[in-house]
Amino acid sequence: MLNLLYFASIREALGRDNEAVELPADATVAGLIDALRARGGIYAEVLAANRRWRVAVNQDMVGLDAPLQDGNEVAIFPPVTGG
Amino acid sequence: MFDIRVQVADFDLSTETALIRSRHRDVGAIASFVGVVRDTNAGTGVSEMSLEHYPGMTEAALKKIVDQAAARWNVIDATVIHRVGTLMPTDQIVLVVVASRHRGHAFEACEFIMDYLKTDAPFWKKETTPEGSRWVDARTADHDAQQRWKQT
Repeated sequence: MLNLLYFASIREALGRDNEAVELPADATVAGLIDALRARGGIYAEVLAANRRWRVAVNQDMVGLDAPLQDGNEVAIFPPVTGG
Repeated sequence: MFDIRVQVADFDLSTETALIRSRHRDVGAIASFVGVVRDTNAGTGVSEMSLEHYPGMTEAALKKIVDQAAARWNVIDATVIHRVGTLMPTDQIVLVVVASRHRGHAFEACEFIMDYLKTDAPFWKKETTPEGSRWVDARTADHDAQQRWKQT
């Protein structure tokens, strides 16, 4: 299982701040995003290729090709705006 | 070694620089940056701002940024404080203090830390305007400011 966390505008759009999901067959960030998009609806909309979002695995920002393992904490959030 | 804090409470620049001076006898320069909440953004009035962050990752990301600065410049000590929660115009939002032997290193490391904080630390601002509340969009200028450190 993966522990997904959502933040800021993505958390609000999805109406939840976390959920547990199965490790996708393609065990990469890209594979996870595809699996979430396949749900359709708001997930497909929020995670569309032309929308801007970032992914962190175990609290480290990574790219789409990053591998995933059971037990990983995967956060999906919009580009950061601190400071 | 470096002092990194994410907190709701306000901070005081003089207190933080005094703390750094009390810890080191070889510091010759302290550079600092204070970010403040403006009452306008993107042409609209802002009456309130709320800051969300990713507990755990935020502290790790800030530590990584300060460590990168310390690998590049002489950084004897550094303090980064970022506030979260609800803030009002004129409130302080972020503090970066860098202590070095000489000013050049302190100035550059301080600016580097702020530029990377803007693009790599997981904070998100939501502002309240007369038309309602809205999430602040990431700015291309912030990305460009961070990128220039990679060319020099």
